This record gives sequence, structure tokens and C-alpha cells, in this order.
Amino acid sequence: MMPPTLKAFGGFPSPQPSPEQEGSKRRPIAAVGGAVLILVALLSSCSRRGHVTVASKAFTESVILGDIATQLGRQMGAEVTHRRELGGTRFVWEAMLRGDIDAYPEYTGTISNEILAGQGIMGDAQIRRVLAGRGIEMTRPLGFGDSYALGMREDEAKRLRIHTISDLRRHLDLRFGFSNEFLARADGWPSLREAYRLAQKNVTGLDHEIAYRALAEGSIDVTDLYSTDAEIELYHLVVLEDDLHHFPAYDAVFLYRADLARRSPQFVDAIKRLEGRIAPSKMISMNADAKVRRVPEATVAADFLRDTLDVSGRPIAAGFWGRLGARTWEHVQLVGASLLAAIVLAIPLGVVAASFPRVGQVILGTVAAIYTIPSLALLVFMLPKLGIGWTPAVAALFLYSLLPIVRNTQAGLRGIAPAVRESAQALGLPPAARMLRVDLPLAGPSILAGIQTAAVLNIGTATLGALIGAGGYGQPIVTGLRLNDTPLILEGAVPAALMALLAQGLFELAGRVFIPRGLRLQ
Amino acid sequence: MIHLLGVSKSYGDSLALSQIDLQIDSRRTTVLIGPSGCGKSTILRLMTGLVRPDEGRVLVRGEELAAANVLTVRRHIGYVIQEGGLFAHLAARGNVVLMARYLKWPRERMERRLLELAELVRLPRDLLERYPAELSGGQRQRVSLMRALMLDPDVLLLDEPLGALDPMVRHDLQEDLKRIFRELNKTVVLVTHDMAEAAFFADTIVLMRDGAIVQRGTIRELIERPADEFVTRFINAQRSPPELAGRRA
Repeated sequence: MMPPTLKAFGGFPSPQPSPEQEGSKRRPIAAVGGAVLILVALLSSCSRRGHVTVASKAFTESVILGDIATQLGRQMGAEVTHRRELGGTRFVWEAMLRGDIDAYPEYTGTISNEILAGQGIMGDAQIRRVLAGRGIEMTRPLGFGDSYALGMREDEAKRLRIHTISDLRRHLDLRFGFSNEFLARADGWPSLREAYRLAQKNVTGLDHEIAYRALAEGSIDVTDLYSTDAEIELYHLVVLEDDLHHFPAYDAVFLYRADLARRSPQFVDAIKRLEGRIAPSKMISMNADAKVRRVPEATVAADFLRDTLDVSGRPIAAGFWGRLGARTWEHVQLVGASLLAAIVLAIPLGVVAASFPRVGQVILGTVAAIYTIPSLALLVFMLPKLGIGWTPAVAALFLYSLLPIVRNTQAGLRGIAPAVRESAQALGLPPAARMLRVDLPLAGPSILAGIQTAAVLNIGTATLGALIGAGGYGQPIVTGLRLNDTPLILEGAVPAALMALLAQGLFELAGRVFIPRGLRLQ
Repeated sequence: MIHLLGVSKSYGDSLALSQIDLQIDSRRTTVLIGPSGCGKSTILRLMTGLVRPDEGRVLVRGEELAAANVLTVRRHIGYVIQEGGLFAHLAARGNVVLMARYLKWPRERMERRLLELAELVRLPRDLLERYPAELSGGQRQRVSLMRALMLDPDVLLLDEPLGALDPMVRHDLQEDLKRIFRELNKTVVLVTHDMAEAAFFADTIVLMRDGAIVQRGTIRELIERPADEFVTRFINAQRSPPELAGRRA
């Protein structure tokens, strides 16, 4: 098990997608584009009354706990949606403050050291008081604790006689590969290095799942892990003893919005029934079921509810084609809406950029700068305003689409021969008519090529939607990475590639329809 | 019809025209000639308002060209450039009627004028549906001329209209152009660097050098009473076929 790691994404775990994916009702409305984005942003910020949205972070333990809460809540009469595999603590926390989600499983250590970092919070009572001030409640511990630890391959540790973290000081040439979140968090690597005075130079950031595989094949020697991770057994790892007691305890709890007690008391009762009911050994075996034995999380959750609480949960499964259809539709909507909005803004921007070279430099510089922002960072910037889900995913894709279209519009217009431009001027056509009747049609092939580039890039980039629960082909990729399940990764990657090829073909066709024959003859 | 009064124009550091005074006579063909870079094309561009003079004034039909009237004035001027400057996305027909369509001419009037012009420039009707890329150089210039004449302008400006054509095509088109100028009886200003062509078209020749007018007159005046030695050299530099034949004999 693994609490606060990067585990960034959101998606359907292998064969049993949750069928509901909140927000599906308003997607068609928003498919129009630019201006509509704002409306959708407003819509998405108000939760539906009585409806509960549970979230999980993109690691197996969190997804299992989310499924348990979802199924138990439904069993007790609440209307519950599970937004799976969201892209990290920051996303989930902000989304809960905004009311996009109502509850999610968290760890006390993460709350005090990360979410409420720098406030010197000690102990559950104080956490509870500070959370209450922000409209958030916390259940009592669910029964198992989880904490950060460092792990190595068993054979390697034996050979070097390393048993404790302090022992690492004797081996300066060891290669450390940490999950990106551990590397960056105040309570992660920076404080560990200081506490143990570790001087190793070879420290890299990796995805948590990839770090395990790198460790197994020997390309790194030490990684961070969690004391309930199923992989400890799978990869024959040893957990190094935290001999200085550096890492704080991480008790699993549920966080939920205080207004839930009024909106859905059944659901609050449901998660309170879980308090103290999940033993550490139970959690490890559930993690192993899901990760090693590939049992769908929903089934693991249902089994737990039946065995432990004598409640019959209801895992809902969809077939391969059903899943593919749903994801394709989600993906098409993400790409289509963002591309449409980008076209509406980018072509006028390109026209301005071509008409006023100095302004043009500013415009092109700006859209190029936007293009270089890493997608995760962009999503974090937009989090306070747009939250999670469909809207910020479309907004990010929209921003990324601007560069190719603006660039090609500008280049197409600037590429018109001066003699041709002067001929249009000398006819006595006013500037606006020249632009519409002569310049834009002549630049048409270049503009269309820009849109085509944007579309193809967008189809690839839209997989980031899974980071924030917007669905699409990114979902199976994220889940596949989490479960180390290559066929599942391909279930997202292959259709995305096919869709890109299809888009390529469609634009070739569009060229034949929309570009006058006279321009194709040259 | 058109007056340039004390006009100077430079592009960056290079002076294109310096203190030019020039009067273009109505219903006559004036040919501007001179070596490359002498400023002859700049004069045409000044007349259409494509460039503004740094000094002096440009008057067209008695009005000084300014931002306020330039669009109106341009509609009374037809402008043809080397290579035609046709719009590749429009068929020949679309190129010719572009401006009339913008001015919302009735369909019949547009069609009537189109066919009239096709006949005038001797362009087969079926070529009207072709795109510029599907036309020969000579055909493109005929279409370009139709486009310039569509609104029946008073003035026709041609900037080396035959410069890019091979000699046979060029010869045919010269004949046609001369006939058209005569039939239409418009004010024509034509730019060329070819003395034979100038002599062929011109009522008046304006010989230019380094942004200044060297001499203005008929071809006979230029030959018989050259203003200076440059005029004679420029005329003699262009040999006529009989000359070439004579030398060989």
C-alpha cells in the first residue's frame, strides 16, 4: 500500500470501470467551445444536492478504499460516484475544498506534514480542529497505519550488510531513485537526508511504479516505499529500519466535507462504519489481491465488505467494447471541444500577429511560452479556478492547441507574395474584405495544416485528462502503469494512436473539400 | 489626369525618386522607361497609393491622394503587374469579378461585363473557369487585364505586363494591348525597360535614370534631340533585328 506518493492519475481500474463518472450529463452542452468553458466552470463548482462524490488518488490502496466507501455508501442508501485515480494530493484536496468532491481516503501524516504543512500541527485532535475551520471533517483511523520507508533488494542489502537507514551512510555510491512526490515533499527526501546526513549524489526522481521495476532490474539500489506495499513481497525487497524514527505515522482515515452530514447522512454513517475495521494485514492482502493477483479493485472491495461487515457490495463491470466506447467518446469530446475553442481564438490571433509584426512577436512568444508549461504544472495553476474534471482538461488542451494554429495562420499570411497582396490592395478592396476574400483563403492550406497539427498533438496530450478525472484514453494508461499491466496500457495507447491516424486522414480529406482546387495545383 | 508635383520617395537609405514633376495626359499612352532601379515602378505605386510620397503631392483626377480617398481612387484605376498577380484560390472568373462582387453588382451586369472583356482581350470563354495555375503566362496576363478593366476605370497602369513572357506570346499580346488601348481610349501608363516596346506603345515616352526624369517626349524627339548622352546610349543599347541582321551581313 502506498499513501501519499505521486501516483498521479485517475481512471478505471482494469476490467471494471465505474460506470458513472460524474459530469457526463453536462459534457454535450459544453462541446461548443470557448465561451461555454466559463459557464461549465460555474456549473462544475456547485455539487448536486444529496449526491456524493468520492475520490481516490492514483494508487491501488486509495482506489480500493474509495471503492469500499462507494459500495458501502450505496448499500446504505446514498447516491455515490467514485472519481478514481486523481493526480495527487494537491488535486484531491483543492477539489474537496471547492466542493467538486465530497470525501476521499487520506493519511494523518500527509494531512499534518503536507496539506497543512508549516502550521506545526501535532496529533489528531489538532488536525481535526484545523480541518473543521476549513469545513472538512475527519473519521477516526480505519485501523491500519502506513508509513514511508526505504527499501532495497534483499540480496543486495544482505551483500552490503545494510539493515538500517543509517547503514546507507557507509555506501556513498548507491543509486537512489525516489518517487517524484517523495523527492519534492518537505517530509520526504530533503528532511530524511538532513536527519540521517546522507551524502549520496546519485538521486533521481521516478514514477513510483517505475521505481519498483528499476529496483528489480538493478538500475537503482534504493527507493521509497510504504509499509503496506504489495511489491515488497513481489520483488523480494527489505524495508530498511528507520532507526532514528524519522518518518511520522500515517494512519488511514477518510476526509469528508462537513456539509455532507446534512446532505447525505447515510454516507457519513457508512464511512464511520469503517473506523477501526481495516487491519494492517487485511490491507496488505487487499493490495496484493489487486496488484499481484489482478483482482479488480471493486471486487476486492466487495469481498472485504462481505467478509468483514457482512454487507453485499455491488461491483459493476463493463465489457471491453463498452469501456472502449465510453473512453473514445470522452476522448473525442476533450479533443473536439478544446480544438474548436482554439480555432475560434487562434485564427484571429494569427491574423493580428501577421498584421502587426511587433504585436505578433508578443503573441507568438506568449503562446510558445504557454506551450512549454508542463501539463501537470498547468493543471495545478488552473486548479483554484477550474477544479478537476472535464473543464480544466479542455482548458489545458485549448491552451496547448494555440501555438500550432496561431503560428501557421501567421506564417501562411506572411507567406503571401507581396505582388499578390498589392494586387488586392490596388483593386480598392478595404482591409477587412482583403483579409476575408484574398488573404485568409490563400493562407488556408497553412492554417488547415496548423489545425491538423494541433489535433494530432491534442489526441496525444488529452491522455493527461486522466490526471484530473476527465476520462479518455489516459485512464487505462494510468491504471495500467499503476498495476504494471501492459495490455491495459495498450488499451489506451493503441486507440489513441489510431485516433491520431484517423484525424490525420480526416484532415487530408477536409483539405480536398475546403481548400480551393486552385491552391492544390501549385 | 495624373500629376506628380515635387515628389520624392526613399526606401530606407536609398533614394527612389527625387523631386519628380510629371504630368500624365488624359487618353494617351505614356511609357515610363529606364534601367532597373530608376524609380519607374515607384511612380506607378505612388499613383495607386500603394506607397506614399515623402515629399510633394500626387493628384489623380484632380484630387490629392490621401487615406480618405485612396479606396475610391483605386476603383477608377486598373493595375496590372508582371506575372499578373492573380489570386490562386479563385478561377479566372472569380479573379475578374472579385471587386464587382464586393460592390454587389447584379449578376447579369457582372456576366455581361465579363463576356465583353473576354472578347476584348481575346480570352476563350471556357478558360474563365480555370485556375491561374492552369493558364499559360499570356492567358494569365489577359485575365489580369480583364480584372483591371472590370470596373471600367479611367486609368490603366501596367507594370512590365509583358516582362515574363516568351517572345512569341509577347508579340501577340503587344498587338492586342495596342488595339485595346486604342479601342478603349483610356489614360494608360505603362512601365517597361524595353525601348522597342516603349516605341511601339507610346504617345509619350518618359526616360528615367536614378530617380529623376531625363527626358520626356515622343520617340522621334528622343532620337533626334536627346537631352544628353545617356538618352542616346540608352536607345542604342537596344538593338533591333534589322541591326543585328545588318551586322552579320
